[in-house]
Amino acid sequence: MSKTAAWEHVPHGADIGVRGRGATLAEAFENAALALTAVITDPESVRARTAIEIACAAPDRELLLVDWLNAVVFEMATRQMLFARFDVTINNHSLAAKAFGEPVCRERHHPAVEVKGATLTGLAVRQLADNAYSAECIVDV
Amino acid sequence: MDTTSLSREGEYGWVIEPTGDMRVPAVIYAAENLVRDMDEKVREQITNVATLPGIVKAAYAMPDAHWGYGFPIGGVAAFDASAGGVVSAGGVGFDISCGVRTLATGLHADTVVGVGPRLADALFADIPAGVGSEGAITLDQKKMHDMLAGGAEWAVSQGWGDARDLERIEEHGCMAGARPDCVSQKAKSRQKREMGTLGSGNHYLEVQRVEQIYDEQVAEAFGLVTGDAVVSIHCGSRGLGHQIGTEFLREMAAAASQYDIKLPDRELACAPLESPLGERYLGAMRAAINCALANREIITHLTRRVFVELFPDAQLDLIYDVSHNTCKLESHIVDGKARELFVHRKGATRAFGPGHPDLPLALRDTGQPVLIGGSMGTASYVLAGTTTSEQLAFSSACHGAGRAMSRHAAKRRWRGREVVDELAERHIWIRSPSFRGVAEEAPGAYKDVSHVVQASHDAGLARLVARVTPIVCIKG
Repeated sequence: MSKTAAWEHVPHGADIGVRGRGATLAEAFENAALALTAVITDPESVRARTAIEIACAAPDRELLLVDWLNAVVFEMATRQMLFARFDVTINNHSLAAKAFGEPVCRERHHPAVEVKGATLTGLAVRQLADNAYSAECIVDV
Repeated sequence: MDTTSLSREGEYGWVIEPTGDMRVPAVIYAAENLVRDMDEKVREQITNVATLPGIVKAAYAMPDAHWGYGFPIGGVAAFDASAGGVVSAGGVGFDISCGVRTLATGLHADTVVGVGPRLADALFADIPAGVGSEGAITLDQKKMHDMLAGGAEWAVSQGWGDARDLERIEEHGCMAGARPDCVSQKAKSRQKREMGTLGSGNHYLEVQRVEQIYDEQVAEAFGLVTGDAVVSIHCGSRGLGHQIGTEFLREMAAAASQYDIKLPDRELACAPLESPLGERYLGAMRAAINCALANREIITHLTRRVFVELFPDAQLDLIYDVSHNTCKLESHIVDGKARELFVHRKGATRAFGPGHPDLPLALRDTGQPVLIGGSMGTASYVLAGTTTSEQLAFSSACHGAGRAMSRHAAKRRWRGREVVDELAERHIWIRSPSFRGVAEEAPGAYKDVSHVVQASHDAGLARLVARVTPIVCIKG
């Protein structure tokens, strides 16, 4: 991971914002997904044991972020899994990824809240002054 | 919110006169202090709603309105299909048909307090709540279809409910016009193991004490007795509703220009009611309403099983079941004429007044029970629909407290274990899989629901009937 990579939560009245930063667009998307995991539990508590493949495409990079996060939400919900690491590649608004994680363990992960979906609110994907990328939106919990 | 540009309509009506693209005025109902505390985003969002095609009379915000997605939470708007009216996925919300039901127990609250921790443990063990929990029911394709078409009626037919409950549920437990074929496979797969689960966030199951009664006659008709224990359940259509909301919001946002709809905000995503996309959304959304009704019925069944174990004589009778994230076709009087309108209520409760034909006979004289959930550890309220609400806001009222601070701030301010211990000292037993979740839902993280309820009462949207306080709270 590069020095510019990071994730954070953005405070929001009713819900919560996820923001990922990275040297590339793909790395920013990886970190936004990590911020999504952190809404539910401490990502450090999740083991990267199983890999799941995810793919999506959208007309622009903002909608691609929403589709990507919603694809992760879908995999978490239907597989009852949490993810510790993401490997993302993006080509022309098409995304292919591997998500590494494990089944939810309530005793170890103490999941705080379930994410219902990523929204179009506070949606922004941009290149920053230092050429790093930032990707963020509000997620409904 | 800055009130200087708002005109007044009585003490509780705050009007934004139409300007620019607004087709109708926007009206906020609240006491002055509540309006001043509202986010400017509420003004922006309710103004945006007033620009949508086919909107009738006005766009309304309830006293608990706050910043939502497209529509404010606490937003109400009615549309006429024949006048080019729209249906909006953002106007319903992600948790389609999220709602509250309250059951009388016939038990005195002191009897329940006597076994409080045991009851809390038993409910927490039997009612799946939070991430990583699964329901006992697995739906195959046929059962999924039948559930989406049948709602609470389906749950009863499967032995997961009581037929006597049905008349005490909006739509008598089954939303007509549901189209399971309009629900995607992805949405169905999210729901396969989620029937009878509570979810997380602000959802809960509470055992409560009827602390105070404001209207003896109506309370008696509802089956509320001072000092008795009641059970309230707050949850929605789970993963299925969330997935439908996500998919249609995305599709409607992309299709708006094709329908020549100018969206001031992408989250206002909508489609004409009389369009293939609008009709598909209505069919899927109604199926999600049935999912929520079935879900609350199954949770009720599980709750009854726990109560009978501990209190063999207990009989849990459903007082009423309300949904506060919906779009429904209803008949309303506008300028003296009856019109069929699609009423969006997002974070707003339907509040039909006395005499409404959709109410069961036992509630016909009182008006609809309006159930307002508080935050964990604080009071909740029961109100009744009024005749005035029809003229004010298409028979609608508030739905809850709304957050006063972000989850982020709450997590830094409180420690979950301390919140649980402090409440237990006050004989309020919390059970949750996550202390962090409890901290994020701490009572102080929410606004005081009593102010919102009082404003609804004073504005004439609904009238106060009873105040209930928690004894046991199961959080997801």
